[in-house]
Amino acid sequence: MNYGMIVYILGTILKAEAILMSLPALVAFLCGEGDLMPLLTAILIASGAGLLFTLKKPKNTVIYAREGFVVTALSWVVMSLVGALPFVFAGAIPGYIDAVFETVSGFTTTGASILTDVEGMSRGLLFWRSFTHWVGGMGVLVFLLAIVPLSGGRSVHIMRAESPGPVVGKLVPKVRDTAMILYGIYITMTVVLIGLLLLGGMPLYDSAVHAFGTAGTGGFGIWGDSIAHYDSAYIDVVLSIGMVLFGVNFNIYYLLLMGKLRSILRSEELRWYLGIIAGATLLIAWNTLPQWGGMLRSLRYAFFQVSSIITTTGFATADFNLWPELSRMLLMVLMLVGACAGSTGGGMKVSRLIIMLKSAKREISRMLHPRSVYTLQFEGKPLEDQTIHNVFTYFFILVFLIIASVLLVSLDNMDFDSTFSAVMACINNIGPGLGVVGPMGGYATLSPLSKLVLILDMLLGRLEIFPMLMLFAPSVWIGKRRKG
Amino acid sequence: MKIVIVGDGKVGQALTGRLAEEGHDVVVIDSSPKALRTSVEVHDVMGVSGNGASYAVQKEAGVEEADLLIAATSGDELNLLCCMVAKKLGARHTIARVRNPDYADQLVLMKEELGLSMTINPELAAAREIARMLRFPSALKLDSFARGQVELVEIKVKADSPLLGQALYSLSSRLGIRILICAVRRGEDVYIPTGDFVLREGDKISITASPDQLDSLFRKLGIYRHKIHRVMVVGGGRIAYYLAKQLLKLGMFVKIIEQDAARCEQLSETLPKAHIILGDGTERELLEEEGIADMDALVAVTGMDEENIIISMYAGTLGLAKVVTKINRMSFQEILDGAGIESVITPKGITVNQIVRYVRAMENSQGSNVETLHRIVGGRVEALEFNVAGNCQGELTGIPLKDLRTRKNLLIACIIRGRQIIYPGGNDTIEEGDNVIVVTTEHQLQDLSDILERP
Repeated sequence: MNYGMIVYILGTILKAEAILMSLPALVAFLCGEGDLMPLLTAILIASGAGLLFTLKKPKNTVIYAREGFVVTALSWVVMSLVGALPFVFAGAIPGYIDAVFETVSGFTTTGASILTDVEGMSRGLLFWRSFTHWVGGMGVLVFLLAIVPLSGGRSVHIMRAESPGPVVGKLVPKVRDTAMILYGIYITMTVVLIGLLLLGGMPLYDSAVHAFGTAGTGGFGIWGDSIAHYDSAYIDVVLSIGMVLFGVNFNIYYLLLMGKLRSILRSEELRWYLGIIAGATLLIAWNTLPQWGGMLRSLRYAFFQVSSIITTTGFATADFNLWPELSRMLLMVLMLVGACAGSTGGGMKVSRLIIMLKSAKREISRMLHPRSVYTLQFEGKPLEDQTIHNVFTYFFILVFLIIASVLLVSLDNMDFDSTFSAVMACINNIGPGLGVVGPMGGYATLSPLSKLVLILDMLLGRLEIFPMLMLFAPSVWIGKRRKG
Repeated sequence: MKIVIVGDGKVGQALTGRLAEEGHDVVVIDSSPKALRTSVEVHDVMGVSGNGASYAVQKEAGVEEADLLIAATSGDELNLLCCMVAKKLGARHTIARVRNPDYADQLVLMKEELGLSMTINPELAAAREIARMLRFPSALKLDSFARGQVELVEIKVKADSPLLGQALYSLSSRLGIRILICAVRRGEDVYIPTGDFVLREGDKISITASPDQLDSLFRKLGIYRHKIHRVMVVGGGRIAYYLAKQLLKLGMFVKIIEQDAARCEQLSETLPKAHIILGDGTERELLEEEGIADMDALVAVTGMDEENIIISMYAGTLGLAKVVTKINRMSFQEILDGAGIESVITPKGITVNQIVRYVRAMENSQGSNVETLHRIVGGRVEALEFNVAGNCQGELTGIPLKDLRTRKNLLIACIIRGRQIIYPGGNDTIEEGDNVIVVTTEHQLQDLSDILERP
């Protein structure tokens, strides 16, 4: 292990976080609600620690896959631990575990909250809380790769560890350029969304905060009743479409920029993703029709909720906890599916679902025709067995983790709906679940143990399990120290 | 620059690394996803899997906007096809590896008809390098600048050397020879020495000098070796063929040992003047029987690194004037120093250097150009020859060198003005039209103006 390099990258992350925190500090200064000091203190701590860690640049800057995974996982942990400080200093969230839960939920773009009174929080802190979504959505390390050259060619390991999806490729030959393009698209889309929300009569502050929540597919809002507060069809539709677009693989937008329309139309994942959204929306609209008393109204609420759940955002315009059972279960299923690979969304990802379905089909066909040769194709390219294997392993570990977490959380003695959906909502980075943790409820009442389990689940979910799991593998840590 | 490399083999991989390191946008095409994976993980490049000669694959790799396509697959014909397709798609330049001796005579035709910018033949290049080494047996390594007017050699400082224990600035006057020591390797470290540097035993030093000055230096140092007349070549591959052809032309006696009967036949057909021996070159008895002890030089160019090393070590114990070892795997070079193997040649490294030189020249279509580039001291130091064009006037030209704020670890080794060679002191100046040789540990020098310390 190249410990020197790991510490160095962690230090760089802390410095970056300090810089990112100055934006909410600016907002706090402008709003003048007395939350400037806590933010400034946190910035001071982050930059101080960051400078200390980066004092000595290691001679050996080579990092292998192993260091890439470890550094990614540790970065997210460290970032969350420091990001929680402003909430504690301001006294807005007195318990440190609660504050960390809130921050992890922010960075992992989950949107699960332990706050009981969101509206009582000061604007600077609320801004930071939503800004973590935006930062975590595309990934801090990807951001770093765009601005500082970390370690030459091997930085692809870091990008791969942080970006979601079974196959992570680059758009252009250089990692740095790829990261810049991704962030360029991300920032542009966010700005456009803020503009559209402003047109709908939302104040600037609200627009920015909700655009961050949407862009990162996070779901933190500033009102107790989430988006329902505005009760505007325009805002609902803009946000629904916004969420769907941020759940699309960003490579698609790059292809769009390059004018390669045909390859976009050929994208299997995109077609499936849109198909699933359309199907689920129609089913839920039909199922909840009696409640709204009009097809258009019903479609509006169904579409919003479906896009909010499948992209793992977690905004709400209605308390879907009160919807008929079929709709509730459909939403549960969508939680597991998640958005597209290479997007800011969480969950298992549509592409993994497609790969598993295709592989299952092949197994069945093999049983019928034992001599048949059958190569799996995805996005017009043959799938390597390694990828398929990886997808199934991922799925198995995901299920295993869900079961283990459900058992641990069940110590809290909540009903099945709440226990199960709390775990699902956290590990898939969605936010609201059903029952106690439903869209109008929260995670405040859970025990500290459950919160810790869910914190871990959120991190596991955001980094797609393996990087986090590797922190616990002894072989990662055992071995001679390489000269740093 | 946007560069597409077809073929992710030995040369492809080394090229990928070097070009990516120099900051180019590199896309690699190979039919094996496995080979690509290593490249993509280690270097900051993109991989495209598929047949590099196919239109669709080249399009996917973005050959249309590429500045350069390098075809380095194992097949000559495939390489040529790759270049033709790329040219049609709109690549600005193409380089093909063509190594079959049968095509060697039609290279000019191919360049013109197929629009190739350059063809490379690693074995031929390696053979040329070896031939040069044999002509200058005293040096470990030899490179030349300004069409042979200036030589760059690497030698080892022995225990009784007159170079020892003196600061460098006094060396020239004491020995009465105009030389310049431009790089010193001491163990793991590499220095670009200043005037007060003192050499120690075991240092490997790189020296620039004109050929005749070099000759007298070798005499003074007592390491002068007589001209080589008899050469034994172990291994009868392509390098051996090209090498023998050149050595025979120089009038040397060449004996080739090769263990494949058919290949021996072939060699004796194409090289009627050479002595071809059928047998295993790793057998000590055979080597002795064929009179290895009477040879002036031995060149080990079998396909196996290990065999080459063992044969060379054995030849080293016999006190031959020159032993040249071909090694394909470059990563173990520093171990060989300890094993008594001195002159090492890697065809891959030579090819890569050639292409990098071409790429740099392409990049500087204006300003001062890199004319030649040599990587010395195990690739850690670069010696570059620039031509001073008109447009860097004022910044560099006409200013005494002592007033130029050059970068650290950089030395202006030589200024060539017409037929005159200047080993510059502080009062010398660089003028338009000069050729300037710069030695540096920085690897990203693109232009002569890069030697200045940037604020």
